[in-house]
Amino acid sequence: MSQQHTIRRIVAAVGAGAVVVALAGCSTPAAPAAEEPPPGVTDDTVTIGTHTPLTGPAAAGYSSISAAASAYFAYLNDKGGVHGRSIEYIVKDDGYNPANTLTVVRELVQEDDVFAILNGLGTPTHTAVLDFLNENKVPDLFVASGSTSWNQPEEYPYTFGFNADYVVEGAALAAHAKAEHPGKAVCLLGQDDDFGDEMIEGAELALGADGLAHIERYSTSNQDVTAQIGALKAAGCEINILATINGFTALALGTAAQLGWFPQWFSSSSGADYPTLVGYLGEEVGPQLLQGFTGTNYLPALGGDDEWVTLFRAINDEYGEGAAFDGNTIYGMSVAHLFAEALYAAGEDPTRESLLDAVTSGDLAGNGILPLSFSADSHAAYTGVGITVVDQGVQDYTGPTYAVEDGAVVEVEPAPVPLEGEGVPGA
Amino acid sequence: MTRILPSLTGAPRTVTFGAVLTVLALGGTFLLDPYRNFQLATIAATFCAAAGLTLLIGLSGQLSLGHAALMAAGGYGYALAANGLAGWGVDGVARFALALLAALLVSGLLGLLLGLAAARLRGPYLAGLTLALVVALPAVTAAFAGVLGGDQGLQVAYEGVPEALELLIAIEQWQAWVAILVAGVVVTTLAVLRRGRLGLRMRAVRDDDTAARLNGVRAGRVKVTAFTVSALSAGAGGAVLCAVTQSVSPGAYTLAFSLLLVVAVVIGGLGSIGGAAIGSAVIVLLPWLIGTLAAELPVPAEVAQRLSGNLSVLVFGALLIVVMLAWPSGLAGVRRRAPAVAARPQHPIPSVQQSTTETER
Repeated sequence: MSQQHTIRRIVAAVGAGAVVVALAGCSTPAAPAAEEPPPGVTDDTVTIGTHTPLTGPAAAGYSSISAAASAYFAYLNDKGGVHGRSIEYIVKDDGYNPANTLTVVRELVQEDDVFAILNGLGTPTHTAVLDFLNENKVPDLFVASGSTSWNQPEEYPYTFGFNADYVVEGAALAAHAKAEHPGKAVCLLGQDDDFGDEMIEGAELALGADGLAHIERYSTSNQDVTAQIGALKAAGCEINILATINGFTALALGTAAQLGWFPQWFSSSSGADYPTLVGYLGEEVGPQLLQGFTGTNYLPALGGDDEWVTLFRAINDEYGEGAAFDGNTIYGMSVAHLFAEALYAAGEDPTRESLLDAVTSGDLAGNGILPLSFSADSHAAYTGVGITVVDQGVQDYTGPTYAVEDGAVVEVEPAPVPLEGEGVPGA
Repeated sequence: MTRILPSLTGAPRTVTFGAVLTVLALGGTFLLDPYRNFQLATIAATFCAAAGLTLLIGLSGQLSLGHAALMAAGGYGYALAANGLAGWGVDGVARFALALLAALLVSGLLGLLLGLAAARLRGPYLAGLTLALVVALPAVTAAFAGVLGGDQGLQVAYEGVPEALELLIAIEQWQAWVAILVAGVVVTTLAVLRRGRLGLRMRAVRDDDTAARLNGVRAGRVKVTAFTVSALSAGAGGAVLCAVTQSVSPGAYTLAFSLLLVVAVVIGGLGSIGGAAIGSAVIVLLPWLIGTLAAELPVPAEVAQRLSGNLSVLVFGALLIVVMLAWPSGLAGVRRRAPAVAARPQHPIPSVQQSTTETER
């Protein structure tokens, strides 16, 4: 017995010693030396990541975005990448659930050592990681959401938006409704978060403080909007502005049709993708319900014959693994192209700082219908949008282009960016 | 365990062991990288809730499927209080402590209300009531979106590492420390309660309500107390999780998570606090492990995507069946049973087995 005791004591002493050594030596947060390459960058690769809904209530509307970005990167890598480095794009599913977003983004930053987060999707989801990314000084580029939260250069120097912000979209839709259909009752159905809040703010900018005849809200956790649609109908709405994600745009239209109600629908670009909506509503009734459906956009329109669309269609055919070509595909590839442009501008040996400098320099062109407005004091991408209408199954620009300047909605001339080379920066 | 320091007995012994384990866990954080420390903090927070739940199910025989909602109550209490305090200019440890108190208050009150109902309900009816609570959570946060933030939830201001420690440890390690300390206090308290009079009365009420009453135990009061204590532990867990992730939202406390807490308790071993620790680690780490594995496997991206979402549920189910078949008293019972078979065949049946049948009623 006494021998056993001795052994146990020795083991305990060794264990305690190990703990002391560990306490003394490990885990002190050392600042990386300036000459070391930044995380995610090797001699021949740049690793970046994103969070996006591949499952859950928003998946059907948006899962094709990250797939399209991956297809563009595959194309780019085949063309030699950026400064000889190929891009590895890690896509993680968060199910459009803010609690999951935090976990997967931590994993990307701390486990996978990504160089930057690209196009994290969703207002409620990305809000959950805004502080984390900025504290860790991770470039948080081109968030897939139009919330104005991403445009706070003082507070969040590492975050940049991609969508035209929702205030602009709300203002443009409301201004268009007022100009084209004067005297009609304009209402709004909005998501129960910043997305809805900011669309209301924008609409009221164009219509005045009591300009909206009625406002209804929904939350993504409840897949039933009968009450809201009923209330809108009862309020005598004639034009409904939608601050909805694709799935809920379809739900709103379908529910109204079931009630035998066919008002005009005006939707934010986030929930206005025609092929996606037809996917939800079905090939039979979808095209009928969506005739005359008005939306906003700031990228080459799906129904147009723009050379960007032609190029993206070709890339999708070759690298898209048979994916359907829709507005989300254009969106995903546009984001990926813009990142490649920024990475190219960041120089031969990119650092996180040089990447941010490239974005804020104001030299990035993108591929929108208006110039990008990135600068040192603006982290918003597009400050104006065009109006699209669905006619006979073709969604294209028809109406005017609106921008918000100094707190007022104004009409502006579109200035689409022409395609250069094969859509490969620096080639 | 009794062979180490045999002179120490009763509550002081429990407290000493709790303190030693806590210090060991704190030291252990130095061996982990930031992401592992984050996982450790999550495990510690889950452990608070699971330990409370194992006490409730294993000892008092009341089944709660709504513990995620009680954690959420703690999380929202913490977030509201922390944001309010930030407005008043209170920060650092004082803010954490006060917000934690608020979280305990909110979850404790909710637990008390549930406990009052629980004292009048049995088995499936109680399970149904607690289930309704967690199902209703998203509707409640949507109805009071102005205060609770709807689906987006609430964000809490960032709390950095205290200045004195800034050069020594990273933020994730500091958060792990906070989580471990809270878990240490909560779980040690639970262990002391279990050893003491309350534990005895809870067992008496569980095994035979009528006999307990005949012996002067006020069964209703014991049940209410058990529910409240368990809710307080869940609330502490929710508060810690909110502090670590800087946010609380209904999406974090789904029905699935609530059921996983029960899985943690059952896999670990009903009534065993050590088992709850194992169970918490399993439910936090398994989905991550499976996701990592699915990503490594040479399957098409689309299949891997579908697997990472659903495979963990399947594995949990399989694990539950295997554990129940091989070790009916849970993973914590594995160690206890092995020497019993070899050396002491007369070893009495562990009380946890009785509680398994109890909860099935």
